[in-house]
Amino acid sequence: MTKEGLQKLYEKLKDDANNIIKKAESKPRVLVGTATCGVAAGALKIRDNFLQEIKSKSLDVDVVEVGCMGHCYAEPLAVIDKPGYPPVCYGYLDDGLVHRLVEDFLGGDDPSYEYALAALERNDVFPTFEDFPRGVYEQKLILENCGFIDARSIESYISRDGYSALVKALNESPEWVLDEIKKANLRGRGGAGFPAGIKWEACIKAGGNEKYVICNADEGDPGAFMDRSVLESDPHLVIEGMILCAFAIGAEKGYLYIRAEYPRAVSHVEDAIRQARDKGLLGSSILGSGFSFDLEVFQGSGAFVCGEATALVNSMEGKMGMPESRPPRLASHGYRGKPTVLNNVKTFAYVPMIISRGADWFKEIGTAESPGTAVFSLVGKVNNTGLVEVPMGTTLRQLIYDVGDGLPNNREFKAVQIGGPSGGCLPEKSLDVPIDFDSLHDAGAIMGSGGLVVMDQDDCMVSVSRYFLEFTQHESCGKCTFCRIGTKHLLDILTDITKGEGDSDTLQRLEELAEDVRDGSLCNLGKTAPNPILTTLRYFRDEYKAHIEEGRCPALVCRDLILYFIEPPKCSKLCNVCVGSCPTEAIFTREDGLKEIDQEKCVKCDNCLKACPTEYNAVVKLSPPVLPPEKEKKTK
Amino acid sequence: MQLIEGEKEKILACVEEILGSNSKKQEDLIPILQKVQAKLGYLPGLAMEKIARGVGVPAADVYALATFYNQFRLNPPGKHQVKVCLGTACYMVGGDITLESFERRMEIKEGETSPDRLYSLERVACVGCCTMAPVVVVDDEVEGKVTPTRVDGIMLALQEDNSKGRREEKSGQEAGEVK
Repeated sequence: MTKEGLQKLYEKLKDDANNIIKKAESKPRVLVGTATCGVAAGALKIRDNFLQEIKSKSLDVDVVEVGCMGHCYAEPLAVIDKPGYPPVCYGYLDDGLVHRLVEDFLGGDDPSYEYALAALERNDVFPTFEDFPRGVYEQKLILENCGFIDARSIESYISRDGYSALVKALNESPEWVLDEIKKANLRGRGGAGFPAGIKWEACIKAGGNEKYVICNADEGDPGAFMDRSVLESDPHLVIEGMILCAFAIGAEKGYLYIRAEYPRAVSHVEDAIRQARDKGLLGSSILGSGFSFDLEVFQGSGAFVCGEATALVNSMEGKMGMPESRPPRLASHGYRGKPTVLNNVKTFAYVPMIISRGADWFKEIGTAESPGTAVFSLVGKVNNTGLVEVPMGTTLRQLIYDVGDGLPNNREFKAVQIGGPSGGCLPEKSLDVPIDFDSLHDAGAIMGSGGLVVMDQDDCMVSVSRYFLEFTQHESCGKCTFCRIGTKHLLDILTDITKGEGDSDTLQRLEELAEDVRDGSLCNLGKTAPNPILTTLRYFRDEYKAHIEEGRCPALVCRDLILYFIEPPKCSKLCNVCVGSCPTEAIFTREDGLKEIDQEKCVKCDNCLKACPTEYNAVVKLSPPVLPPEKEKKTK
Repeated sequence: MQLIEGEKEKILACVEEILGSNSKKQEDLIPILQKVQAKLGYLPGLAMEKIARGVGVPAADVYALATFYNQFRLNPPGKHQVKVCLGTACYMVGGDITLESFERRMEIKEGETSPDRLYSLERVACVGCCTMAPVVVVDDEVEGKVTPTRVDGIMLALQEDNSKGRREEKSGQEAGEVK
């Protein structure tokens, strides 16, 4: 087909989409964020509530489900887009607020700004998200549409210039696409940062007719959900990226390897593939260009090691997901033994915008070595948890204090954990490290999948590294001796330390074994598993020492090293709250009316401490776990 | 786990239906296991043996896959499924304490099903609503900020539901929907 023909075909698609979208937007609409995080917070009930309220008032309003807006701290969220008003986002929704919004705003003309979070478009009445400190640093590229378009309608993607990059590429040539990606220096967002263009080129050079494109959406890191959000909220972006990759390398078949634990992502992507096929954007001879490519979803069964490329391919072939030694690399010998390109969800998501806006535009964002943006799921002890996207080169301090609005309740920052089980913990003094692949690596952490957990003085570093080790130990596939047995021993040593056991050699043994596991493992799971230990030993050695030498947990977390104690002078004899709160009936009332904890029965669940009214604050944690000697007798 | 009456036939019929008449390759194994689990709720030994014969691989290979991947469970799910999130954020605010409380109340360990098949308890990696930590998923309903006291409350509600179910069974009515 000629260039003009292709363009005309796309124009028609776009006109159709625009008509549908325009018609939808001419009516007042309620956009409810129903990605997994929203659903967990009760978004489906909120949606039903809106529908009910709207029906009971017989209003002509559409309720649309959109994906994740990234402001997880305020879930459930909804945007009300009423002609004549700027679209306004409301958070912390409940039944009462829904009722009020429907009555006053949709039914009346009061947008109830006192409950609004922000407006989505510039206007003279109410600030937008860009006016918050967060907006100054945030730059949304792959999250641009997330939460603002209906993920299950291809029209809403096309009307925002979706698939125009594909048309542009089809009018050029595969070589041109590869060239742009190489020029843009797009680095793989799966964590390691390998340049995507070089990977693609190797696959082309491997030759042969049968090639595969695989999207790695096996996000197994506990506490990271960026890939899921992108797939749930804007699946066509990833699909278009994959088609462009297939066009560049000459593949006819592609797979999205998505965790079965992400049912919403799977169904959204499957719907999207069907719609794209219906519009002729997938399948044989895409838009009549003669280039054919089709996609399928493969549901991964949940194994952290399958995030590793060779393990993922093994798992697709029906085997246990064990990594292979490389070379041969996947680019020459991948799925079914054929040349294969495997990239992360986010890597593919950048491809369409690089193609349509150009490599030079992309290189202007971020740093010279790591162009583009970084997407993080910001969780832990930080005010504004959620999904954030900032240009590479932003410092951790800006990310935590400006984008995340600091720690709640004026807590003191202690450490930030980056990259999940493969990453490391960085202390306060490393906060000015810019976020990019190389700087983070030098500081001892890795970019990883993008989980970012903020910790304060109440978090114990030994316990945190033990947690991650427990995870990697469980997920080790068992192929390499050091990873299989070494991580087990590391875990045992750490468990001992949390119990205050160990001698003067323990830390050295821990460090040596950690280095051995790192050096003696084949894939990145084993190579990076000791990272949490190595970084915490590097930056928080004193805390380890306090456990071993003094039997004390400075953060008052390790349960074998603390006990709960009710301070007699503070205890009010008149209140019984702690007694009721105790799940094991360990708290009793003494003859003198004061409460006391039976240490034998206590399971250290923290309930009494939370339950004790703030005016008394009589429950305290003590470490080392020694009761104050007969203190209570003196105060009697 | 002991099979209950009539379960054996159900398992065999289900596997047969999913295997179908086409010949199967190793590549199809994981999707087959996923389908069987979706239908039965778990992978009984009997089903794994039959699948192995159908695909033409040793039964040990099927067992290897079923135990390698976290998705597959070898115990039947209980009538009430409780999943405790132990993602990073939940762990840091005491998700393990919540899990322990459930273990204590249900008198089973994580990954097990109670002998009367009323309860099953699992740990999951991350539910994705870290702001509500510690999070527990009870029969597909997400509960946030679950303290040991709340665990007692949840267990009470489940027990109430069980005895309600029994009463309704007795009076010969269909078990009504909860809530």
